[in-house]
Amino acid sequence: MSSNASASAPASASPFSRLWDSAGMLLVFALLFVGCSIFVENFFSVANLRGLALSVSTIGMIACTMMFCLAAGDFDLSVGSVVAFAGVLGATVMNATGNVALGVAAALGSGALVGFVNGVLVARVGINALITTLASMQIVRGLGFIASDGRAVGIRTDSFFAFGNSALLGVPTPVWLTIGCFAIFGVLLNLTIFGRNALAIGGNKEAAHLAGVPVTRIKVVIFTLQGLVAAFAGLVLAARMTSGQPNTSQGLELEVISACVLGGVSLSGGVARIGAVVAGVLIMGLVQNAMNLLNIPPFYQYVARGLILLGAVMLDRFKRRA
Amino acid sequence: MSVSARASVASLDFVALAKEFPGVRALDDVSFSVRGGGVHALMGENGAGKSTLLKILSGAYRPSSGSVRLDGIERVFGSTAEAIAAGVAVIYQELHLVSEMTVAENLLIGRYPRRGLLLDRAALRAEAARLLALVGEDLSPDTRLGRLSLAQRQMVEIAKALGRGARVVAFDEPTSSLSAKETARLFAIIRDLKARGHAILYVTHRMDEVYEICDAATVLRDGRHVVTHDSLAAVTRDALVKSMVGRELTNVYNYRPRLQRPEGLEVSGLAGPGLRAPVSFSVKRGEVLGFFGLVGAGRSELMRLVCGAVEPSAGEVKIHGARLASGSPRAAIRAGLVFCPEDRKKEGIVAIRSVAENINLSARRSRLRAGLFLDFTWEKRNAREKIAGLRVRTASADTLIGTLSGGNQQKAILARWLSENVRVIVLDEPTRGIDIGAKSEIYALIHELAETGVAVVIVSSELPEVLGISDRVIVMREGLVAAEFARESATPEAVLRAALPSGSSVSAAAA
Repeated sequence: MSSNASASAPASASPFSRLWDSAGMLLVFALLFVGCSIFVENFFSVANLRGLALSVSTIGMIACTMMFCLAAGDFDLSVGSVVAFAGVLGATVMNATGNVALGVAAALGSGALVGFVNGVLVARVGINALITTLASMQIVRGLGFIASDGRAVGIRTDSFFAFGNSALLGVPTPVWLTIGCFAIFGVLLNLTIFGRNALAIGGNKEAAHLAGVPVTRIKVVIFTLQGLVAAFAGLVLAARMTSGQPNTSQGLELEVISACVLGGVSLSGGVARIGAVVAGVLIMGLVQNAMNLLNIPPFYQYVARGLILLGAVMLDRFKRRA
Repeated sequence: MSVSARASVASLDFVALAKEFPGVRALDDVSFSVRGGGVHALMGENGAGKSTLLKILSGAYRPSSGSVRLDGIERVFGSTAEAIAAGVAVIYQELHLVSEMTVAENLLIGRYPRRGLLLDRAALRAEAARLLALVGEDLSPDTRLGRLSLAQRQMVEIAKALGRGARVVAFDEPTSSLSAKETARLFAIIRDLKARGHAILYVTHRMDEVYEICDAATVLRDGRHVVTHDSLAAVTRDALVKSMVGRELTNVYNYRPRLQRPEGLEVSGLAGPGLRAPVSFSVKRGEVLGFFGLVGAGRSELMRLVCGAVEPSAGEVKIHGARLASGSPRAAIRAGLVFCPEDRKKEGIVAIRSVAENINLSARRSRLRAGLFLDFTWEKRNAREKIAGLRVRTASADTLIGTLSGGNQQKAILARWLSENVRVIVLDEPTRGIDIGAKSEIYALIHELAETGVAVVIVSSELPEVLGISDRVIVMREGLVAAEFARESATPEAVLRAALPSGSSVSAAAA
């Protein structure tokens, strides 16, 4: 009946709930990590942990910008297609010109362009984000197939894929890049006016607009960044696989959104924390990794992942009500 | 479930009720009784605890301690559904109805009559018609709810409560959007409910209504019970007001003539949705210009055009002589024109963010930033200063603004605009739903702003308020400017007459 916003009682401020608020998901991750280290054979080894980190690097990078998208009250389904398209385009241009910089520029530019168009359609023209990015997801996926004729494009420039498989201090380069993304977007969210404004837009778009927040511009910037980062992740993935593959990363958008939701980002906008998103990404990767080590068949893994997502969201609701 | 069949008299007691939120004691040991067959006024400033008490009664909140007794039986409602089942109905200002459904569907929502697996349409319609008759509403049960006026929807909400067997009915400022005629109808129904033995709790800020409809009154202040009058016969208005604010209020409007300087805001030939002809007016620096009119006269629409919330189809706005780019609130704010919208919840606050963030939302980048990043020190200090300066009652600057009372939310929104270099401020119904104490603080602030040379435009539906604080009054009627009065010639009768549609004799707006 009285389900208006003000009717929900604020959570009590016991020390535990404050700790839970700021670091709840990281705590869950830590517990899971310790549990898996003890009970799952081969889990706690350098090789496995490196593999785990690599496996979440793509999702991690894109989750940074998806967090902004969700915080501002939108979302973007086209990221998986952009990852594939950027890889294919980058590989094609590198092969044709022999110039890595040109390939990288083409891939990043096209990703940013896709994001920009998404942003203009959503924020300026006013088409629903679900419809807009559902359309661009299919268009861009199609373009990837067209550009590659449906086949993987092998990269002939050694320096590029050597970079994708290099490591610094024993940590693979893609993982460093993901950490870099988390740092940059964490700063952007917490320490800049841009981050504040994004949250205000997600919390109440009309009020933000009347308060002089440039709503359209910020949304376009967020979508453009989303496209740019997805393309960047696509390039890194292509470097790791030494080829641009047009059918990679299908369904990635949903994994990214799942990780953000696990990290407590509100789908209705206005609430986001970078630490929790990092935890969400790590939990997703850890569970996947542990299930593989335990030889759980992939069919069951889908079920388990869905249940974990539901469980996390319900835990969060329960916590809010307590 | 027939309402008339219940002859017994309901009783409702609040026993040592308390509710705590982080850092705030919203209710503290509140006890009083509401007798069936009577209307009991619940009064108090914003933040006094009225809303919290209603939410406990409706089952939305659980009390921290104490209890609610219904007909002498102690009840703790775990949910709104339990409260409804026990016979409690709370009619909020914002109604909980579905505008896409018919009146009948709304009335019986959640308990549709069935025949086998199918909806029994005939029974639905018959029961709906019976409930509508209870509130004397002559409506087809098949009308889509969205087509009804606000007053009619309220009647539907009351009928719905009666249909669910409500014995205790609480009204939360039910007349705030009703005309005088509609208010009279509502009162007739409340008297009818009273005669049937229902216990009625009536939350209001309007003194006239207390004396017209209520038999008893309880005043809360700062979450505590101040006084309960079992009869209002010997209680004066001044005494009630005094117990609400804890101090005597002399002249709430506190008007002083001010030095008026050159034009601050000039609007010429502005046209757009909601206006039937282009509008021109101007406000001097240091002047307070009031806009009066009935609900729907086009005042809010005009202000939205002035402030760039809606793009005008013609005309221009000048601030201190400089032309303003149209259709952009951002450009307006940069030029020093700020707008405080009518609907606080929908257009004013970002409910799920903190008081500090809400106050700093419009701050200039140069202030809010040190180098590339947010200046947390400045941000905190500015929020704290504004909170203290406007006496916003909040546990801390980091509290979510949505958890504050309406008056405190309004003060926080005003604080946002004072962060800016304001030249013109447009306030659309700044005191709606706000108690007398907060109102007089807002009036004082308006005077303070005007004295420093700000041009002030205030839209209000409360005639005494407009006349009390304005240097000049413009009256709008049906999308047109109908008249303009200087302070000296603005008598209540003349202003109201100008606001009424020709041929109408009801005074729909005098609050």
